[in-house]
Amino acid sequence: MQSVGRPTQPQAVSATPDTLTGARGLLQDEVLIFELGGWDKTGVDLAEPELDASDLGDLVRVEPIGLPGLSEPETLRHYVRLSQKNHAIDLALYPLGSCTMKHNPRLNEKMARLAGFADIHPLQPQSTVQGAIELMDELSHWLKTLTGMPAVALSPKAGAHGELCGLLAIRAAHVARGDARKRVLVPTSAHGTNPATAAFVGYLVEEIAQTDDGRVDLGDLEAKLGPDVAAIMVTNPNTCGLFERDVIEIARLTHSAGAYFYCDGANFNAIVGRVRPADLGVDAMHINLHKTFSTPHGGGGPGAGPVVLSEALAPYAPAPWIVHGEDGYSLDEAPAGAFGRMCAFHGQMGMFVRALAYMKSHGTDGLRQVAEDAVLNANYIKARLSPVMSAAFTGPCMHEALFTDAWLEGTGVTTLDFAKAMIDEGFHPMTMYFPLVVHGAMLIEPTETESRNELDRFCDAVLKLASAARSGDADRFKGAPFHAPLRRLDETRAARKPVLKCPPPG
Amino acid sequence: MRYLPLTTADRTDMLAVIGAASVDDLFVDVPAAARRTGLVSLPAHEGELEVERDMMALAAKNRAAGAGPFFCGAGAYRHHVPASVDHIIQRSEFLTSYTPYQPEIAQGTLQYLFEFQTQVAALTGMEVANASMYDGSTAAAEAVMMATRVTRRSKAVLSGGVHPHYAGTIDTMASVAGVEVVAQDPAVDNEAGVIAAIDADTACVVVQTPNVFGTATDVTAIAAAAQAAGALLIVVVTETVSLGLLKSPGAMGADIVVAEGQSIGNGLNFGGPYVGLFATREKYMRQMPGRLCGETVDAEGRRGFVLTLSTREQHIRRDKATSNICTNSGLCALAFTIHMSLLGEKGLRQLAALNHSKARQLAAALGAVPGVEILTPRFFNEFAIRLPVAAAPVVEALAGQGVIAGVPFSRLAGGMDNVLLVAATETTTTSDIETFARMLNGVLA
Amino acid sequence: MRFTKDHEWVELSGDIATIGISAYAANALGDVVFVETPEIGKAVKAGDGFAVVESVKAASDVYAPVSGEVVEANGALSDTPEMVNQDPEKDAWFAKVRVSDPAEVEALMDRDAYEAFLATL
Repeated sequence: MQSVGRPTQPQAVSATPDTLTGARGLLQDEVLIFELGGWDKTGVDLAEPELDASDLGDLVRVEPIGLPGLSEPETLRHYVRLSQKNHAIDLALYPLGSCTMKHNPRLNEKMARLAGFADIHPLQPQSTVQGAIELMDELSHWLKTLTGMPAVALSPKAGAHGELCGLLAIRAAHVARGDARKRVLVPTSAHGTNPATAAFVGYLVEEIAQTDDGRVDLGDLEAKLGPDVAAIMVTNPNTCGLFERDVIEIARLTHSAGAYFYCDGANFNAIVGRVRPADLGVDAMHINLHKTFSTPHGGGGPGAGPVVLSEALAPYAPAPWIVHGEDGYSLDEAPAGAFGRMCAFHGQMGMFVRALAYMKSHGTDGLRQVAEDAVLNANYIKARLSPVMSAAFTGPCMHEALFTDAWLEGTGVTTLDFAKAMIDEGFHPMTMYFPLVVHGAMLIEPTETESRNELDRFCDAVLKLASAARSGDADRFKGAPFHAPLRRLDETRAARKPVLKCPPPG
Repeated sequence: MRYLPLTTADRTDMLAVIGAASVDDLFVDVPAAARRTGLVSLPAHEGELEVERDMMALAAKNRAAGAGPFFCGAGAYRHHVPASVDHIIQRSEFLTSYTPYQPEIAQGTLQYLFEFQTQVAALTGMEVANASMYDGSTAAAEAVMMATRVTRRSKAVLSGGVHPHYAGTIDTMASVAGVEVVAQDPAVDNEAGVIAAIDADTACVVVQTPNVFGTATDVTAIAAAAQAAGALLIVVVTETVSLGLLKSPGAMGADIVVAEGQSIGNGLNFGGPYVGLFATREKYMRQMPGRLCGETVDAEGRRGFVLTLSTREQHIRRDKATSNICTNSGLCALAFTIHMSLLGEKGLRQLAALNHSKARQLAAALGAVPGVEILTPRFFNEFAIRLPVAAAPVVEALAGQGVIAGVPFSRLAGGMDNVLLVAATETTTTSDIETFARMLNGVLA
Repeated sequence: MRFTKDHEWVELSGDIATIGISAYAANALGDVVFVETPEIGKAVKAGDGFAVVESVKAASDVYAPVSGEVVEANGALSDTPEMVNQDPEKDAWFAKVRVSDPAEVEALMDRDAYEAFLATL
């Protein structure tokens, strides 16, 4: 009988000892590049220059810069090790409410890398970039048709940049008719960028109250509207995940006060193909291409925030404007009436390519299905979790389900603890403590790209955690996460004595 | 539809769990007048093959920079990006993750942002840097806003060397913030002209080196003059590779440095997405816009990183935030960091020296073309030339012959119709330079 | 010691008012990480924002409870902002102001009134 060789059954062990290196199996401990030492190393091979820099005299940089280098294999190791400390959509459902973390199709990545898009210069002769301008025009056509709006400014580089663009157009329209106004009304549930943008543009920000069922309080709106109100900024569907039932009346009241209706389009995913913002009376709305049209979030950007504009605001759209004439396409860099420019060039072309590839893949039929499945998935989660967790509002939600922390009362577990425990179960936490209008908010947005299996896996995990919380197992939550690359981090220390870079060597 | 996992049976089952008869029941809050029953008038869905075919047809109508001799700069530069950069940024964990608000499961993103901040501070010669901005132009506008907060003054003086599109972006932001912008006329070599315009209301002076005409300037005296008057010096850099050869703005006394980081790790992409670099002195740290990543420890004392000083941001301060910016340019910053790690100081200096050498070769070749005058006295990798005729038609004519000759200044601002901005990088070959000079000679003859 | 509804406290000695934030405010803010004190010589009016206090989760303006001229600022707070949590109503004072109208202090709540006010929040 053969009796040598490796044992094939694991031995019983009592406790998990710490590792000797700080690694955890496949998860490597990785230092900063500045600690790896490559002060005289490089991972590139470059030709020798033929001429020197003697013409530059004492403009030449002599002192050491302080940039370490790595060979290519070391570079791959370093960044692959870092990558493994991140959660990702490709790993599991990523239920961050209001962020729309949906699948990022890889076809879009491939298309954005075609040399005809990736390797063209913003200022090369327009006769040599006809396809690029045509693509921008086609993207504009899709965005205008889906929203029912007559114009779109493509150049804003993110949602908040789009808000700025929209408010600048509104301001320009008021100034043009000699009616500069002072106030902007924003509901209490709005994302923080709304009041920040309005204040930046020089408006006084006034809050509009919310009703008990999570919508704009029409009475309060009417009371606060007046001849000095420039605009209202309303998110629809709103940050509670609800459609503003009275939106048409909101628009009517706003317009009759001579103000404009800025709609924050962050949640357009819930209604694309089923509702056109133009039919609601919207004057300006930014569209986060990185949400609704699935350009990657990339760990925090780059985004893209085109703004659709009504007839009243279109004349003030920022440069450049796309012109389609007899000689083909061109970009007008200084159109009369434009309020200025948002950035140096024409916007996030790389994101335009991805968004258009996404739209063409779905088509008009698929985009409508996107909205329906996004709303269906959110309501399914709401239905499965509501028996245990406290839903903030009754009735159907749109693309995200909002819960309060009322159901955790007496357990000793907070919203934050609960979210951190979700990490241990393999899921990214939901959005916490936003919107501010409900207590201990937990905002769950699954998106349409989750399968029934993954939705059930997620709901099962949350329900198991919920019973653990209610059965007094607070320890599981207070110290969570236990199984992540790091435990909870000391944010107070980071803010009191900020260390924002690695100290220089030596 | 290949991206939608639910089957018809799933949808039916799920509606039953919800207790809704149909999906329309979930949209009851939409006013009847706004409910669309039919499909929006746009094309139906397409397979990967068809989408790829459509997109490739559009791409084929563009002339890629790499397809032949190419000399455009003026704020965007064609450099070689190592293959490993694009491979790493497409890893799921980087590409498909969100802003690192949950630091326990986002250390990958946070650590590279910390490395990015360190690299940017070193490169610019400054004490602190943020985790990136949308691009160089918006970073410049934010720098002006920051200077008005620091000095509590409301005037910005811009040199005639600042990229006109940057000046336009600053102008748009300044107009709403009540900041007066004094922009000097375009000038090839007069960054120091701002000194005469500094007064007691001046919050900042904005200069660019190398400037839009390619002129490199020692701004030490400008910094001293600005600071003596209680104003800040903002230095704009549109070609980050230049910092591998030229004195850093920090060493010359800059208070804020903003740069376009596209040259490192990022392609031309027809103008975006790019990555804005923003660095300043430590004492102004809390006035700095944008996200910041800081070092700390976890509950077991292990080193880790978090987003910090976020009370400055709009989530908390709302209408009192330092800026309305909510996002950075994360993935482009990652590409920057990886490419910079591959280069290291050694590689960056070699790359910068090579760029400068190619530009000197180009200047020698174009300067020998009859009627062409080199305008830029000291340059890094781009310079301005004056042609005997308007530049735009010459550029069109050369494009017809397969040479992308550069950016006519008239594309950026009025006046100087005969001025052409040309750039050379490590991607430019001797043969490209010879072809350009020969064809330019032919068009001008 | 007198208090405002914005949770500042004032202690008057002669014509010099020492100003800080209440223990209630410090506790509500959580871990204080940064304090910006006013410049010496600055003229302030009652109700003006004249200092800033930041925690990890919140940033608040501190309003001058009285009018006058800033004569001293507590520099120790910039290095050790945690003092605001440890000793808010004594060592962690923010600034001293030479008051122009001592009656403004008298008009503020005393401790009993302030505590009654807190009970209503």
